Amino acid sequence: MSQGLARSTLTHLERLEAESIHIIREVVAEAENPVMLYSVGKDSAVMLHLARKAFYPAPPPFPLLHVDTTWKFRAMYDLRDKMAELSGMDLLVYHNPEAQERGINPFDHGALHTDMWKTEGLKQALDKYGFDAAFGGARRDEEKSRAKERIFSFRTASHGWDPKNQRPELWNLYNAKKAKGESIRVFPISNWTELDVWQYIHLNDIPIVPLYFAEERPTVERDGMLLMVDDDRFPLQPGETPVMRSIRFRTLGCYPLTGAVESSAKTLPEVIQETLLTTTSERQGRAIDKDAGGAGMEVKKQQGYF
Amino acid sequence: MTDTTHPEPVYVVDSLIAEDIDAYLDTHQHKTMLRFITCGSVDDGKSTLIGRLLYDSKMIFEDQLAALEADSKRVGTQGQGIDFALLVDGLAAEREQGITIDVAYRFFNTEKRKFIVADTPGHEQYTRNMVTGASTADLAVILIDARKGVLTQTRRHSFLAHLIGIRNIVLAVNKMDLVDYSQTRFDEIVADYRAFASSIGIEDFVALPISGYMGDNITTLSDNTPWYQAPAYFGRSLVDHLETVEVDTTRDSAKPFRMPVQWVNRPNLDFRGFAGLIASGSVKPGDAIRVLPSGKTSTVERIVTLDGDLDQAVAGQSVTLTFADEIDCSRGDVIALAGNPPQVADQFEASVVWMADHALIPGRAYWLKIGTQMVSATVQAPKYTINVNTMEHCAAKTLELNAIGVAEITTDRPITFEPYAENRALGGFILIDKIGNGTVAAGMLHFSLRRAQNVHWQALDVTREARAEIKNQRPGVLWFTGLSGSGKSTIANLVEKKLHALGKHTFLLDGDNVRHGLNKDLGFTEADRIENIRRVGEVSRLMTDAGLIVLTAFISPFRAERDLARSLTPEGEFFEVFIDTPLDVAEARDVKGLYKKARSGALKNFTGIDSPYEAPENPEIRIDTTKISPQDAAEMIVAKLLGDYWMPEI
Repeated sequence: MSQGLARSTLTHLERLEAESIHIIREVVAEAENPVMLYSVGKDSAVMLHLARKAFYPAPPPFPLLHVDTTWKFRAMYDLRDKMAELSGMDLLVYHNPEAQERGINPFDHGALHTDMWKTEGLKQALDKYGFDAAFGGARRDEEKSRAKERIFSFRTASHGWDPKNQRPELWNLYNAKKAKGESIRVFPISNWTELDVWQYIHLNDIPIVPLYFAEERPTVERDGMLLMVDDDRFPLQPGETPVMRSIRFRTLGCYPLTGAVESSAKTLPEVIQETLLTTTSERQGRAIDKDAGGAGMEVKKQQGYF
Repeated sequence: MTDTTHPEPVYVVDSLIAEDIDAYLDTHQHKTMLRFITCGSVDDGKSTLIGRLLYDSKMIFEDQLAALEADSKRVGTQGQGIDFALLVDGLAAEREQGITIDVAYRFFNTEKRKFIVADTPGHEQYTRNMVTGASTADLAVILIDARKGVLTQTRRHSFLAHLIGIRNIVLAVNKMDLVDYSQTRFDEIVADYRAFASSIGIEDFVALPISGYMGDNITTLSDNTPWYQAPAYFGRSLVDHLETVEVDTTRDSAKPFRMPVQWVNRPNLDFRGFAGLIASGSVKPGDAIRVLPSGKTSTVERIVTLDGDLDQAVAGQSVTLTFADEIDCSRGDVIALAGNPPQVADQFEASVVWMADHALIPGRAYWLKIGTQMVSATVQAPKYTINVNTMEHCAAKTLELNAIGVAEITTDRPITFEPYAENRALGGFILIDKIGNGTVAAGMLHFSLRRAQNVHWQALDVTREARAEIKNQRPGVLWFTGLSGSGKSTIANLVEKKLHALGKHTFLLDGDNVRHGLNKDLGFTEADRIENIRRVGEVSRLMTDAGLIVLTAFISPFRAERDLARSLTPEGEFFEVFIDTPLDVAEARDVKGLYKKARSGALKNFTGIDSPYEAPENPEIRIDTTKISPQDAAEMIVAKLLGDYWMPEI
């Protein structure tokens, strides 16, 4: 690693890495029962890697929590289980029992799917295990309202977020004090950009879901989005036939809600190259931000979405 | 775009990306990072400048650009042109108000560096946001509207940037297009600013004539300001300067080694590592180190990382160190160069920026976090506050929201520190409210008030243990709290008699022997009541050091003061005894006729009537006087202490 070189000016990635590790350690030192939210995406992959670095040679002293919707890509479940084993951490998988019982799915229920499986599921899981601090992989460059989110984001006992009532964050001094029932969401990679994440994965050889790389996959085109037919739960509409296309994904979520891009990028440098030359922003591929007009993500956050 | 007066945007796409991605990645990998803040009001074109920087470095995507163009036409203030400010303003509420209300962080790259911009608002009531944004910045861009010149807010922003220790100040005289790129106007403004800057101690700054809207002197030197390239001027574009100015971590690496310990890593009996972020200097295996505040020494054995051991680490890196010797070291300690350690002290002068709606209560205990140390601390009434508009020093009894003052601070135990001017990481602190848990202030230590430098607590030959031992007892504090007339003094008296009968050495502090002597200068205002309890707490601590069992009987209505008294006593020696008598019962008793006076308004600030009583949440002992007589209560308290606390000695 370049880290070992005897020189006094750190690169931006070295500074970002050091800052993130510092944040993760502060939380573990000051919170009673922390957890890392693990979504299996590339940002989660980087966050998990940083946690492993922070506590090496010990495994990170907290569990991973996957708030599952049962509708993720199969390749994501594979990597999730592999990484839990590699890191030596406990993996907790949570399914909202009500969503499961009512058979909530992205094809029939639209926004309710995200609300019940993810937003409600997350709140239920945090309450169930009594976690008082949860790491999330959100970045400030992803979306406008996130640019103002603190690294330690304070939540009420009912998981609400009040953008007007956040604690000032000075230097690298984080205030993790809270009353019983209250919790904090912590974003250790707040200051990373999409390019930083990709480059860090490249330099550290961090395992990511193969769906980020281009391959021939069965797809249908619907509402201007290219969807992958990942399993036989995908209801084809009259006249629709899956077509093999060379595609990859810029972000990963529930497969029926995640749009693919046509691509031939099979290696990380090619993926990065495509990312840099592309002209649509990352979250464009996800349906979630389009709800409720331009303020979609902000409203979701106030309701408790991560 | 149809608007011909608006400059055509230029995408700066590095041609290497398309031609040789590996070469590009290699360049990007070795970029350094600069964090800076932009200060100015909505009208100075701050958001426009940041939008321009993002735009020119291709940090705007096509879909965002489409949204931006649509928004610009709908709510923009630039006619048919692109309103870059819309790209930067985030939260829904502020989009409607058209102002920036918080600190937002933005990111962009050039060929040489990655940048993080803290966008901070220029409104008067938001000093706290600017101080927050500035605390992590290497550089500040102070924006001035060329038409308006140096304004009150320019002085305010410059003062705050200087207060927080930013060394690189850039004066960006914006909207030069609106003054016909006038050299005379630029010179006037710079001369004005120079006079002010030197008066507050800013030694150096650079000045640039720019137009965020038109793009002049942002990424390249503008043909509109040929005079700017004469030797008398700085003569470089804004981005050129941002790309080459020295960053603080580089400077910090040249200082003596310091690392606050965040976490002791002990996965098994064979490994004991100390994890932290290096605050200054560098470290190598074999270096002699000293752990503060204990002063114990050892040598560094390994610098451990997941990627293998390092042969050196520098300021700004997060590492795990192991030592050659087994010495005590835990979270909050500072590992330092053995021959040049930082100071240890418990009284300081500091600048304090108040950030909460509730004003400072002098004498009240707050949490103070500095590095990884969390201690209890009290702030005295400020020596003076500073008017950020006029730089005048003003007399003040407290600090209100957004006030900046200089005050003395006392911590409950010695902390390892360095003056803020020498080391931000060991001199900057936050204060946290003990009840609401909010961050209420930020501060910067100037110096310690005692010559405690490098001197650790002098170990006394006659220790507190020795003093207690000769009395054949364990010292402790029985802190009785409850409403006036609840029965505190009565029960405390009975307890003392019983302890005395058991041969214990005791002392009872109550209103009679304290209010008339030690505290006779204090009245009954909130501040005086806090000071009253603080002194009682300190006296109790001295008495337990002398080996005594102390009983105190004061209303002590505020949780924070009781917590302060508790924090002064060694762990396990403090017993909060809550004499729980409902207000109506105490008022019905009214032994001294005080409730009657308070109800009639003749007595102000009376607990329970017009001043609150904060009941203990987890008292060691609770006595319900409606169910139990004073005699039985005293029996119960003594029995509990004998059983839980003194038994081993008896």
